[in-house]
Amino acid sequence: MSEFAISIENVSHAYARPDEGAVATLDNVSLGVRKGELLCLIGPSGCGKSTLLNIVGGLVRPASGTIKINGRPIIGPSPKDIAFVFQENTLFPWNTVRDNIKVGLEFQGVPPAERKNRAEEAIEAVGLSEFAQNYPHQLSGGMKQRASLARALSLRTDILLMDEPFASLDEQTRTYLGEELSILLATTNKTIVLVTHSLSEAVFLADRVVVMTARPASIKATIEVPESHPREPGFMASPRFAELRNELYAQLRAEIEKTVGGFVGKAAARDRERRGTSGTRSDSE
Amino acid sequence: MNGIRGDWQARAIQVLFVAAILLLWYYVSTSGLVGVIFLPPLPRVIDKFLQIIQTGSLYYNLAVTAYELAMAFSIASILGLSIGYFVGRSRIAVVIFEPLLAGLFAVPIIVFLPLFILFFGIDMQSKIAFGATYAFFPIVLNAIGGISQIDPRLIIVARSMGANEGQLFRRVLLPAALPVIATGLRIGCIIGFLSILGSEMIAGLRGLGSRIVTLAEGMNTVEMFAYIIFVILMAALLNVTLTRMQARFSAPREQP
Repeated sequence: MSEFAISIENVSHAYARPDEGAVATLDNVSLGVRKGELLCLIGPSGCGKSTLLNIVGGLVRPASGTIKINGRPIIGPSPKDIAFVFQENTLFPWNTVRDNIKVGLEFQGVPPAERKNRAEEAIEAVGLSEFAQNYPHQLSGGMKQRASLARALSLRTDILLMDEPFASLDEQTRTYLGEELSILLATTNKTIVLVTHSLSEAVFLADRVVVMTARPASIKATIEVPESHPREPGFMASPRFAELRNELYAQLRAEIEKTVGGFVGKAAARDRERRGTSGTRSDSE
Repeated sequence: MNGIRGDWQARAIQVLFVAAILLLWYYVSTSGLVGVIFLPPLPRVIDKFLQIIQTGSLYYNLAVTAYELAMAFSIASILGLSIGYFVGRSRIAVVIFEPLLAGLFAVPIIVFLPLFILFFGIDMQSKIAFGATYAFFPIVLNAIGGISQIDPRLIIVARSMGANEGQLFRRVLLPAALPVIATGLRIGCIIGFLSILGSEMIAGLRGLGSRIVTLAEGMNTVEMFAYIIFVILMAALLNVTLTRMQARFSAPREQP
């Protein structure tokens, strides 16, 4: 069963909230991520997809179930196998781009002599050579995320977990970085799990998109995107792209309504009910 | 604080302000309007100032006060930083101890000075203990603040890359908290200096504060003012040095 780089087996999770008691976030999720695959997790906000990613990375313990990396169960962070790219502001502000990467290599246990070369290599791969000596606050949002990606790549793990890496960027930058990422990752042969809330990003980047339900999250549907990497910007304009994106949205829509509350529909229903039962209009609730 | 560095106009006004005070002192003290005992002539004070430095009569008391300050500051730093670290790492401990320590800091500890003298004697030990007590609070409070307000995402990202406890402390917690901790150390040192001088003046055998009181009681206002000028210069030097050190710690960061 080690065709899967990551096996998620019957994972459930809940967290304690003082006002509501235990809130279930994940309900018996099972999923296999194939080696070299780019898998997108998409779902309504707050559904628990980031929690699932953190469980896969060993940063959060599941209430039940197991995570296996290459067939071995994990119980904590596995820096040799798994690297993370988080949403934003996870570069150390007191280190330059180069030192941010070098300190990551130090944490991973890379010998000092090797750190500099590996840092340079990763910086070059994301096109930040000119900014290696800059501090994070001197970089734009897009450059910061590229630096975070360089830090993750320098760790040379087989698995890359990305938690909404472009969510804080504007749409143009996000689209452009998505294209760059597709080119970059086509050559690295990494197994990648990407959490996103962007339909276009999911379809453009993923080999498979997994749609999660509203909280507590379980897997609702899986959509294959049979298109080879690296993907051309033209793919985004193709009818197939639109079709897949629409299919994805159709799957998501009901879940989003559960989360957001579907205020228009509910208000109308309440209004009808009120008129039907009492016959008079009353504004008191 | 940003614009002042290199702003020579602001510097010039500050220098003029000090010069104006000295000039006013010069004219009032040499005009005969006030008695020599109340405000001795500035030239005589300056002569005396140079004399106590040249003859070295100042150094004994300076050494006493400097030793007391160094001891008090070291004790306060070791206790304040270690307690601050362990309290700051635990959310519950912060909720319990931070208000407690902030509340104690608001207590006028000066009223306990007789107890300090009772416990530690009239000589240097009571000054060290008293100065350390005062310096402890800003150091511990800033250490708690600095450690507890670190962005938890930075700790998570370090852990995800495999950082052990030692690396986490050296590479993440310390640099993240250092600017706030440095502020605490600066304030602690200044407050320690003030409280040591004060306690020497209230009840002491030696040290700069004690010397100033002895001179005042002997109506030797010329030498008293010479000592006061020295203490002011010392405090200014201490403040400038500590501010420079603090600025270095927070140099490469975005100013919020």
